[in-house]
Amino acid sequence: MAGVMWIGLLYYFNFVQVAAMKNASADGTAAGISKHVAPRALLFFRWAAVVTFLAGAAMLGSHFVDAFALRPGYAGIGVGAWLGTIMLFNVWVLIWPNQKKILGIVAATDAEKASARRIAFLASRTNTMLSIPMLFLMGASGMFHTAVF
Amino acid sequence: MKNPLDSLWGTVISGLILTVVLYVLIKNFLGS
Repeated sequence: MAGVMWIGLLYYFNFVQVAAMKNASADGTAAGISKHVAPRALLFFRWAAVVTFLAGAAMLGSHFVDAFALRPGYAGIGVGAWLGTIMLFNVWVLIWPNQKKILGIVAATDAEKASARRIAFLASRTNTMLSIPMLFLMGASGMFHTAVF
Repeated sequence: MKNPLDSLWGTVISGLILTVVLYVLIKNFLGS
């Protein structure tokens, strides 16, 4: 459930909110999104990422190290686990701290906001790109003659 | 060259290409 929420909100940001914010900024209605929608979406987004990682680690259980070490039989699920870990890093280290500047949760100059906007955008797009092989490898781990988690 | 991540289609196509590349690597070089 956390995984669906995380990736669902990631796709909401990339496929819906980015374009909506552009249009809303043009007609002066962006404040509603940045004040009421984005902070709530980001709250569920970043914590769903943590819960997804912990649930994935729990599912791997005693095979956690086998997966992350890409040992024979675990490379498929292991690469998926690495992609998920990189995505979690992007959420907490690149997206959230920069979104706090963009949304005015922490003080930032206009130049800092512009740079934060670009970093958060590219990290979010990177995660959208990485979600495709991650979902494939999680779903198709059976194709690699390994345990299906 | 434009960054493919600037467009949604570029992002999705990059993800699909990466999926194929990783699949081939895992299948052939990482002992699946």
